[in-house]
Amino acid sequence: MIRAMLVINNQGKSRLAKFYNYTPVEQQQQLIRSIYSVLCLQPENVSNFIEGGLLLGPDSRLVYKLFATLYFVFVFDSSENELAMFDLIQVYVEILEKCFSNVCELDIVLNYGKMHTILDEMIVGGQVVETNSDIVMKAVEEISKLETTTAGAKLISKSASLLWG
Amino acid sequence: MSGGSGGGGGPSLMDSLFQRTLDDLIKGIRIHVPGAAQSTFISKSLDEIRREIKSTDLQTKSTALQKLTYLHSLHGIDMSWAAFHAVELTSSPSFIHKKTGYLAASLSFRPSTDVLLLLTNQLRKDLSSTNQHEVSLALECLSVICTPDFARDLTPDIFTLLASSKNFIRKKSIACLLMVFSQYPDAVRVCFKRLVENLEGTDNAQTLAATVGVFCELASKEPRSYLPLAPEFYRILVDSRNNWVLIKVLKIFAKLAKLEPRLAKKVVEPICDHMKRSEAKSLVFECVRTIVSSFYEYEFAVKLAVAKIREFLLDSDLNLKYLGLQGLLLVAPNHSWAVLENKEVVIKSLSDVDRNIKLEALRLVMSMVSDDNVVEICRVLIGYALKSDPEFCNEILRSMLLTCSRNVYEIIIDFDWYASLLGEMARIPHCQNGEEIEYQLIDIGMRVKDVRPELVRVGRDLLIDPALLGNPFIHRILSAAAWVSGEYVWFSRNPFEIMEALLQPRTNLLPPSIRAVYIHSAFKVLSFCLHSFLLPNKTANSLSKFADMEPDFIYSESEGEFPETSGLRPHQEFNPRDLSEKNADNATISSSSLKNDTFTRESVVNMLTLILTSLSPLAGSHDVEIEERVRNLFGLAQLAQEEICCHDDRKEMMVDRDDLKTSIIIRLINDALSEDFGPVSLSAQERVPVPDGLVLEENLSKLDIICADVQLPKSKSFSLVRPSLLQMDGDFVSSRQNEEESETSAAESTSLLSEHRKRHGLFYLPSDNNQNASTGFQPANDPNQKDNDVEDLVKLTEESLVLKRKSNLARPRPVVVKLDEGGRLPITVKKTQSTDDLISGAVRDVLLGNEASSQSNQSGKPSSRRRGKALSKVDQGSESNNNMENFEIGNSSKRRSKHRIHGKDKKHPSPGNDVEGRDENGEVNKQKSGSRHGRHKARQRADGGINVVVQKPVIPDFLL
Repeated sequence: MIRAMLVINNQGKSRLAKFYNYTPVEQQQQLIRSIYSVLCLQPENVSNFIEGGLLLGPDSRLVYKLFATLYFVFVFDSSENELAMFDLIQVYVEILEKCFSNVCELDIVLNYGKMHTILDEMIVGGQVVETNSDIVMKAVEEISKLETTTAGAKLISKSASLLWG
Repeated sequence: MSGGSGGGGGPSLMDSLFQRTLDDLIKGIRIHVPGAAQSTFISKSLDEIRREIKSTDLQTKSTALQKLTYLHSLHGIDMSWAAFHAVELTSSPSFIHKKTGYLAASLSFRPSTDVLLLLTNQLRKDLSSTNQHEVSLALECLSVICTPDFARDLTPDIFTLLASSKNFIRKKSIACLLMVFSQYPDAVRVCFKRLVENLEGTDNAQTLAATVGVFCELASKEPRSYLPLAPEFYRILVDSRNNWVLIKVLKIFAKLAKLEPRLAKKVVEPICDHMKRSEAKSLVFECVRTIVSSFYEYEFAVKLAVAKIREFLLDSDLNLKYLGLQGLLLVAPNHSWAVLENKEVVIKSLSDVDRNIKLEALRLVMSMVSDDNVVEICRVLIGYALKSDPEFCNEILRSMLLTCSRNVYEIIIDFDWYASLLGEMARIPHCQNGEEIEYQLIDIGMRVKDVRPELVRVGRDLLIDPALLGNPFIHRILSAAAWVSGEYVWFSRNPFEIMEALLQPRTNLLPPSIRAVYIHSAFKVLSFCLHSFLLPNKTANSLSKFADMEPDFIYSESEGEFPETSGLRPHQEFNPRDLSEKNADNATISSSSLKNDTFTRESVVNMLTLILTSLSPLAGSHDVEIEERVRNLFGLAQLAQEEICCHDDRKEMMVDRDDLKTSIIIRLINDALSEDFGPVSLSAQERVPVPDGLVLEENLSKLDIICADVQLPKSKSFSLVRPSLLQMDGDFVSSRQNEEESETSAAESTSLLSEHRKRHGLFYLPSDNNQNASTGFQPANDPNQKDNDVEDLVKLTEESLVLKRKSNLARPRPVVVKLDEGGRLPITVKKTQSTDDLISGAVRDVLLGNEASSQSNQSGKPSSRRRGKALSKVDQGSESNNNMENFEIGNSSKRRSKHRIHGKDKKHPSPGNDVEGRDENGEVNKQKSGSRHGRHKARQRADGGINVVVQKPVIPDFLL
């Protein structure tokens, strides 16, 4: 199964962290730090694997891809195929690209909720449930629509605050 | 922000109106530089959140929770205190609030969260919601925070969802199932059949992928329970064109094939087809991995897999190259030709810039090491180690040390070479494996007698190099070198040189513990020199006495002829054993003449002066070890100096030597030091056979009564070695051809025994095959015996072994004493997981239940045949919407196919998607033509499979 999906920027700040087994948040932070400490030493143009025996416990593998300033990281066990995980990163990034045309780190920073929404459409309980970016996009759009229709109150209070501010 | 934190702590209207949104928070964090400013900002924001979250306005609460979740997940802020608010929000009618609540719950709830149970009802409600996105929220949350309680309470709801008409819901509920099973194994009894149905009847690739994924996870823990489903997996393997599905099915078959060899014949063909046909590298690699790890007997399949591996190796994509090397490593144990074919790539990869690739290549090279090529490979690797960066250099050294020492130096034949290799490693600038090299230097010294002269030479070379003392990583190695030089000093060509090296000024760079070893070694060297000087005849005598028992010892006598380049030292010419008994007289003469050359009075006096001058500053050392040993050495040196110097001009000194006080002491010390240290097995005592007629327990029988309270552990047996084994004494030949483990160990025990007897002059048993009347025992590595028997054995093995060996057999492998074999073996890992057992137990129960129901099936109840009686209530419901489900599937797939066509115009970067797209359309067509029919047939087939399996617990023959 997939154990975790992480997005970390090249300064070591995490932008998204999703663990599929219960992991206390202190341990999450620790893990992200140690993964980053390895990632940042990786030279360019090398294979995108990290041997994770010591870092992540037995039977765990880690693949990553660097897009601009962001590392997209998947941690998984032997029930997953390494190259398929690269595909999954690709699909995820592709969907981000569709959501925010010309996606940059700022989009990802400011759309924390949406990042989770997309991920939840692709992976549930550490299992891949969707790899077709169109289907994921459709669901994400539906969800955004649901969010805005019920968030009418929010809009009103916002505009009120604008008026009074 | 407003300052209005009015009475009661509740948020004011102003707070609500001017609440920071998540965006504001994020922007705020970005403005503040990391460090104090940022953490102040975060704690200020936290105060706000604490206030806002108490608001009765759900919108305010929701925003506060959003911010808190963000801080929790990405900044590690504790939010356990807000658990109740999260639960509260999940029950909001507004979707966005609900979503916020569930996100917070799934990111922050822990099994010990106290409000967890409050969520049960809400989860149940949302799981049965008509809004699929609400269901999806609940499923996602459940899949992360599932506890045994949740799993137990919500199993019926999940069960319903497993047959949902919407693929969107079905795939997610299937994925969620894994967590439910692991928390509450009894859920298997309820849900397993529906899961199997999804395997058989689904038209949706993603639903199938999720289902197969769950089976893959389950089978990875306990594959045996899923053997009955093999026909179903086989169908998927042949029919499916979705890479995700196929990868998982391949993983399942890799597990199953190990349990049921007959599966392989059936499965190999389709796997090869996929390998040939597929464009997707991920699938091809999975095929390769499956073939080489589980189906390696099938030559044609392996050939194909190796061809694919070669493509990977030559690919410019480093990830593929890395995986190619991994694949090769999997092939290596069974098909070494595959590695040889790709030798160049592998060797070249050792100097790749990519660390992963280098390491993998190194592993591969090490996997190829055998006794034939170990010398050659190590030579190449040392070359690479010198060129590599420090980290990889040590990686190389580490794996060389590990491989060479495996199974008590199994692959090493030429120990002289190995000793000099260890010396060479120590000189590599980045070497940080001092500890292991230290261990091995001493270890082979104790285990392999024949290597000692070479060890002493290697040790000397290390000791006399003052530059090495400056490198702290090498200190451990120097410690071993010093110990070896002291312990086996009689093999030394020039003990004075060693003494100088041990006492050189730069030794003050050593840590005290190692310095103590140096000084103690110096003590041994001094006592040897004095002994040789004062008692040359005695030396010869005692050595020739040694020669009877341990022929190697006399070797020292001929050390004058010892050529410098010992790597070329021809064993035959200088074989010390040739010098034993028969030549004892000659040896004595030559040795005494030699001694006279080496140990002149002048040189000994010089040495004593050297010791006294260089050690006097250390006599008051604060380190106990050093002080103690310095005083010992000092005492001996002073005594010797007094006596030898005062006899300065007396010519008759030579005559009186025996009577000197020093001589007496030296004789005593030397006797003590000449005891040979060796590894002692833990079970050595047990191996001593009980002689006939000796009743050990007779007089102690009453002891039982006395010791009744103590309850000593009963020893198994005192006669593990049968007396008959003693007869092997003479037959035993120490050669590497002697590969039979039992024989070796028996011989070891006897050689140990005989050594023990010699030392103590005790003979427990008369030996049948006395060739040597003086001792009555044949040494383990008797020279006369050896040569004949080795020749015989060489012939024998050449006939019997298919493997061709290089014909340097003239030189047999020396005896390697193997005793405490358990000492360095890896500890076996305990692996029992109760939940896995429970799950597989439940699975078996379900399948056994199938037996009963498939019998009733014969009496004509096809619709309910696969469901247990307990489920019949739920069953009716699901059966009734079966039709509807099919209808819906048709619709949704049509809709989806349209969608796909639209999407296909765009370029898909991942090949997996392309294949999937094409294939989905194909499947849709098939389904349209007769989905109901096909489904029915599939189910029947599987039923048959399960039926047969339960009757005889193997795979049905019709599959094979």
